[in-house]
Amino acid sequence: MANLIKIAGRNLFRYKRRTLLTLSLIVIGVLFVTAFVAVTGSFKSMMIGQITDSFVGHIQIHRKGYLAAIESLPLTMNLKPGAVRKVEDVLKEMPEIEAYSQRIKFGGMFSNFIETTNIRLNGVDPELEAKTVPLLLSRVIEGEKALKKGEIFVPELLARGMKVKVGDIVVVIATNRDGSVNGKQLKVGAILESATGPGGRDGYVHMDDAVEILRMEEPEISEIAVRIKDFGALHKVFAVLTGKLSGALNKEGKPVFDVQTWEKLSPFYNIARMIDMMTLFVKIMLVAIVLISIMNVMIMAVYERVREIGTIAAIGTLPRKILAMFLLEGLLMGAIGAIIGGILSSGVIYALQMAKISFDFGRQTGLILSPAIDPAALLTISGIVIGVSILASLQPALKAARMDPIEALGHI
Amino acid sequence: MELIVGHDVSKVYQNGEVPIKALKEVSFSIKKGAFVSFVGPSGSGKTTLLNLIGCLDKPSGGRLLVAGMDVASLGKTDAALFRGTHIGFIFQSFNLIPILTAYENVEYPLIVVQNIPASKRRKLVDDLLAAVGMSDQRNKRPDQLSGGQKQRVAIARALVTHPDLVLADEPTANLDHDTAMSILGLMKRIRDELETTFVFSTHDTRIIGEAEVIYRIEDGVLKTSGNHGGRNNG
Repeated sequence: MANLIKIAGRNLFRYKRRTLLTLSLIVIGVLFVTAFVAVTGSFKSMMIGQITDSFVGHIQIHRKGYLAAIESLPLTMNLKPGAVRKVEDVLKEMPEIEAYSQRIKFGGMFSNFIETTNIRLNGVDPELEAKTVPLLLSRVIEGEKALKKGEIFVPELLARGMKVKVGDIVVVIATNRDGSVNGKQLKVGAILESATGPGGRDGYVHMDDAVEILRMEEPEISEIAVRIKDFGALHKVFAVLTGKLSGALNKEGKPVFDVQTWEKLSPFYNIARMIDMMTLFVKIMLVAIVLISIMNVMIMAVYERVREIGTIAAIGTLPRKILAMFLLEGLLMGAIGAIIGGILSSGVIYALQMAKISFDFGRQTGLILSPAIDPAALLTISGIVIGVSILASLQPALKAARMDPIEALGHI
Repeated sequence: MELIVGHDVSKVYQNGEVPIKALKEVSFSIKKGAFVSFVGPSGSGKTTLLNLIGCLDKPSGGRLLVAGMDVASLGKTDAALFRGTHIGFIFQSFNLIPILTAYENVEYPLIVVQNIPASKRRKLVDDLLAAVGMSDQRNKRPDQLSGGQKQRVAIARALVTHPDLVLADEPTANLDHDTAMSILGLMKRIRDELETTFVFSTHDTRIIGEAEVIYRIEDGVLKTSGNHGGRNNG
């Protein structure tokens, strides 16, 4: 085998300029794809992190049917205290869960004593909420980064429209599940940056204030946001959690809970999918580059070596060995391109990391792009290149293997 | 002992709708260890006959046995295996592999065709290069060798697998007279040493006389045969 590899290597460099040109194409292709995957992957991770850590959380649990009606924030579809305890028991049992936060979501009227408008609010335990969505407080653009009883975090656009400032007294009026209306004066504790997605323009009040406004005897929870320790294990944890909660049925025998990952809850997931699609498209381009360039080289190699193929066939080389020899040439070219491309990519990605490229996302400024390539992804890209190289060599190799020795020897 | 036996061997090629009879029921036999030449003008059918003997092609009719094997019965792979074991080839244009050195060209059939281990290959190749007087040129590539040197390497390559038969199609056509004579002398000497049968085609009148058995072919017909005092005849 070593001899065949040596022969394949020599054959490759028989026409140095052509081989080097093809290798350059493959190397550039690998470099481009790897860098693209690393940069977009970093961007995607950061964006997902921003969204999940700012307000969505990694997983959310609702009463079945709540999500379909979430626009009206129906208090009648909140989780009953018994159901909440059941969820808490399950979450506490799971070591993969880092934190969770119960939310009472409700709609109401927001008045600055001059004007009144609608507002969507989350009643939360500030400490648990901060653990579950640790970037929430980073969205505070004015005021103190701590939600206290009697205070309200007002979304930025609403604050601007209603001309309220930190420290102002406002009134929140809401209708409870029985239809009675209640109101409470709250102090504006902070102005909160808006974020993309459901809940991104909601205000926040303390859980106790929400219970008081809605005249609940005990908190009736609309939503439980969950943060897991390892985001990479999201789907595994989701499956376990879903499994554990799926046994809970209501009187009609239907599931009580609806468990969803952030992907179903945030429109950014579609952008993430688009990034994945772009990555796929770039990979297809790489495949095309490798396929065309190697096929071109191998077709030329066969055409230029017809007499040589006739000679080796005449002296007794089996057709399958001729096939293997040409496939080996293609494989070698792909492997060399993938290795050089992989090494250069690692260098470029390291350089990009060192360059500390920053960008802004909403109010988040100075986010540092930290491109990184997973060794498994690099291996996958290399595998694709090598696989496509063999594929591209197949047709020319078959042609060489099937060549009639007499015709080949007579080729001029 | 007959190494090659041809009985009413014919070969017809189709040129579009027109059949062309390249060989017309030729019969002959060649003994083991013979030094045989097929002589005739271009297009007479000598290369066709050599291709049939070399199992590169199949006869259209008749029966051709090479080392006891019916050539017509061999499939593509079996024919390749048979050639790799029993037949060596020498070509008019030497047909050495340009990326390999003289040593590697001779070694090539042992690696690719016969899968001989490296330890055994070295001695086989060294011995053959010494036999053809190319030991000191072993590391040169074909483009660094003269025509005669290339043909010596080609002879070594043809013999390295210890075939029963070496076929040479116009082996001296690209060589000057002195070199041609020395190549034929080398082939004869090796025949004497290794008992290998040599069959070559030529239309070069200068070297015809070097063959011990001569077959003349004209228009696909084996006209005459002659014996120049060799130890075998057909």
